[in-house]
Amino acid sequence: MKHKGELTSTVVVSNRISEKKGGRTNRNFRGGEALLLGSIIPIALVLVWEILSRIGVFPAYQLPAPSTILETIRQMAQDGSLWNHIGITTYRVFVGFVFGTIAAVILGSLVGFYKKAEQLFDPMIQAFRSIPSLAWVPLFILWMGIGEPSKVTMIAVGVFFPVYLNLVSGITGVDRKLIEVGKMYGLNTFQLIKRVILPAALPSFLVGLRSGLGLGWMFVVAAELMGASKGLGYLLVLGQNTLSPETIIASIILFAIIGKLSDWILKLIEKRALRWQDNLVQS
Amino acid sequence: MSLEVRNVSRSFDGKKAVNNISFFAEPGEIIGILGTSGCGKSTILRAISGLDSGYDGDIAINGNVEKEIQDTTGFIFQEPRLFPWLTVLDNVTFGLKGDKDDKITSAKAYLKNVGLEESGGLYPRQLSGGMAQRVAIARALVTSPEILLLDEPFSALDAFTKMQLQDLLLDVWRAYQSTIILVTHDIDEALYLCDRIIILRGQPGELHKEIKIEEPRPRDRASKQLAAHKAEILESLDLNLKTS
Repeated sequence: MKHKGELTSTVVVSNRISEKKGGRTNRNFRGGEALLLGSIIPIALVLVWEILSRIGVFPAYQLPAPSTILETIRQMAQDGSLWNHIGITTYRVFVGFVFGTIAAVILGSLVGFYKKAEQLFDPMIQAFRSIPSLAWVPLFILWMGIGEPSKVTMIAVGVFFPVYLNLVSGITGVDRKLIEVGKMYGLNTFQLIKRVILPAALPSFLVGLRSGLGLGWMFVVAAELMGASKGLGYLLVLGQNTLSPETIIASIILFAIIGKLSDWILKLIEKRALRWQDNLVQS
Repeated sequence: MSLEVRNVSRSFDGKKAVNNISFFAEPGEIIGILGTSGCGKSTILRAISGLDSGYDGDIAINGNVEKEIQDTTGFIFQEPRLFPWLTVLDNVTFGLKGDKDDKITSAKAYLKNVGLEESGGLYPRQLSGGMAQRVAIARALVTSPEILLLDEPFSALDAFTKMQLQDLLLDVWRAYQSTIILVTHDIDEALYLCDRIIILRGQPGELHKEIKIEEPRPRDRASKQLAAHKAEILESLDLNLKTS
């Protein structure tokens, strides 16, 4: 009986492995196809836009041609101001993201692990959450001036809530059955947290990080609109004041590119950390 | 190790789930707890394991009355309950302490015992139900528990895997002579594995009858004696009153 069991199990395993390999190349191929399909409409739209701009259907002072926008970006890259703007904006988002995440991890862990802390903090945090975060802007400027601190705080506030909420729901949602297994092996509370609860809460935490980062990019625009001398948000204001729509659109495009890039990095980390997960995309 | 359950009762929200259960397990004995659903089989097992300490009465392991979880007790649950973020091998070493290499060596030995020596690097999502349950068995056995508690461990498996794992359990039992308490609702399983079967009945569950199975192992699943015992058990369970 037992020997039969060993045999069948090895066969099953090797089958699975070869199936997986086959699946992967197949998926890569399909990935390329999806990329191709997904880019047809954007490319066509850009082409139509370029043509319509050139024949003068869109007036250049309202909607400049894509080539004009690219040229603006190229010029900014050449004189170095582009890297300056991108650098300072990314720096603000990064610092705000780090502070917001640290605060969320500390408070989220407390609230997730201790019932008392939940009763103490959670109602207040939930109340703060229902304040539209942009409403803080005047207060932060009043407190901290229009320098870096108020902007970074603004972004940190934006990042805090999704990270906090997802972490708390991750921790409180850990399967009680897995905790029981840990208890059966004599783990103490600290070991239980480290070896069972944290790994189990990780997927939800990473989701929180990603949506937090998204909000960080949203808030940096708000922070830079309210007063800045550098940054992509400042380019938006500059474009408005100097009546150059190409600067505004160039800034929007740059936001899209770096926002997507930073999300992609987090997604990569997520994929690596959650290799074990059983979901459609990965298995 | 011997195990004694003395006058154990357990209520949930004022409603009694089990009432005044007592029995004694000799070292190395396999005891089956059999009953229809809702009669408190699992409640008893959780009380013995220490996962639930809200019961009345005493549970003594080797004569010592303790309510906490003991290192010497292993528990195999109805579901595999593997940690999805650990590989099969890491799942098996989860409960072990000490040197990493030693842990891996003994985990590999147990994986081999359950026929999964090749699968150490897989994640639980890549396993079939029977494979996952075998990993759970290896994980419970690797700490060499002297008392092994099983809560309907094979109930979610197909008939063939089930028989295979029952034989595996007997192999392990022969090698380590653990005391085993097996909760089950499968009469054939209890007859095949157990030295003694304790029948619980009613709500709250009460000890209704103890049946000693004297048949030598390996037992023939289709033997006349076992069939006679089965008839006796069916009669005492009084299935006309069955609630589930």
